[in-house]
Amino acid sequence: MRAVAIGGSAGAVQALLRILPGLPADYPQTVLIVVHVPPDRDNALVPLLASRCAIAVKEAEDKEPTQPGVAYFAPADYHLLVEADGTLSLSSDELVNMSRPAIDVLFESAADAFGPQLTAVVLTGANSDGARGLKAVMAAGGAGVVEDPAGAYATAMPSAALEACGEAKTLNLDAIASYLLRL
Amino acid sequence: MVRDGVEDLEIGLLLEALFQRYHYDFRSYARASIKRRLLQAREQLGFPSLSALQDSLLHDPATLGRLLSYLTVQVSEMFRDPGYFRALREKVVPHLRTYPSLKVWVAGCSHGEELYSLAILFREEGLEERTIFYATDINPAALRAAEAGVYPMEQLKKFTANHQKSGGKSSLSDYYTADYGRAIFDKSLRSRVVFSDHSLVTDAVFGEMHLISCRNVLIYFDRPLQDRAIGLFRDSLARKGFLGLGSKESLRFSTHTGAFAEFDRDEKIYQRQDA
Repeated sequence: MRAVAIGGSAGAVQALLRILPGLPADYPQTVLIVVHVPPDRDNALVPLLASRCAIAVKEAEDKEPTQPGVAYFAPADYHLLVEADGTLSLSSDELVNMSRPAIDVLFESAADAFGPQLTAVVLTGANSDGARGLKAVMAAGGAGVVEDPAGAYATAMPSAALEACGEAKTLNLDAIASYLLRL
Repeated sequence: MVRDGVEDLEIGLLLEALFQRYHYDFRSYARASIKRRLLQAREQLGFPSLSALQDSLLHDPATLGRLLSYLTVQVSEMFRDPGYFRALREKVVPHLRTYPSLKVWVAGCSHGEELYSLAILFREEGLEERTIFYATDINPAALRAAEAGVYPMEQLKKFTANHQKSGGKSSLSDYYTADYGRAIFDKSLRSRVVFSDHSLVTDAVFGEMHLISCRNVLIYFDRPLQDRAIGLFRDSLARKGFLGLGSKESLRFSTHTGAFAEFDRDEKIYQRQDA
């Protein structure tokens, strides 16, 4: 089982619109996504991206088995985690990096579940969520990709990720899209 | 696919030790969250490894209380997901009115936010006098906090907004007094509440309920344990009794799904139906 985990905050919706529509319906990887969204709002991201993507896009459900060719979004106000058997769990635990869902929570659990079969991508954002998680992913043998801060809508998040993980690949959005296609 | 690292082995052993020594059974909790909480406890309690934490747990009962606060802590707020409480008020309460006496179970009550929300809602709807509330949790410290009903004042703005959105018919400030940055809820709200230690993992049915509210508890369980708990709820409900779950929980994957009808799909309220 192979997976791509993606995290982003400010500007991430536009970034995802540059990346996800390029993936084919039979994409061989599971895609797991955390975007910081306000807790009270229904996740408008899922219908928006579902209408633009060839891969299936849905909100993650608790204890749902993951499948390749499907992108699962963390619901607003819940952390998204991956269990060792590849099923998804939600949690209502306290905020991490002032966020729920938090990118670190997804990345750290996905690193445990997928090990070297995981690629983690940190996109634009105005805080440092994801840096610690990316480190865990790479320590478990997974690949780390960070959006080039030079072209990012908000630089803090990719910069923090690069500071924590100097060996991560730095790519612009179009390069990320083609990188994920080659996986 | 599971990479059996030493840490994962330590987690299994520690949970086994916790069960055999103190009969707290977290072995069937969803492992990814438990791992996060255990690693956080290890770090903050200052142990070099989970094995060292286990050693202390086995030999020093004081470690148990400190560890439990990590393993069971649930952050919540009063009237969390106001739409749920609005649905209870507008759709479930009319059914409950037809009963001369009512039993309500708040399963996994944690610090009591949901319990007080329901007690206030039942008072507003004129049902409180005929109701007995059962508030249960496995953590004695959480039960004491629930019984105290004291919350940091800075949370009250959110609680008040939630209460209004839920269709509240009174002002939340009618129910508490402010004191040195804390809101102390009126003890009359718990005059009809029974607080009790009860585990959804190991304990059994204790009464016939008209409403069970158990929100954001099942997500911490693995699938077989979720099934056990839902079976327990089914057996604890009166005919046509109601079960309310968290906004991202459902009975869809459960083997007991046939025992329930979807009463309000969006707000995850189910009604027991006879097979």
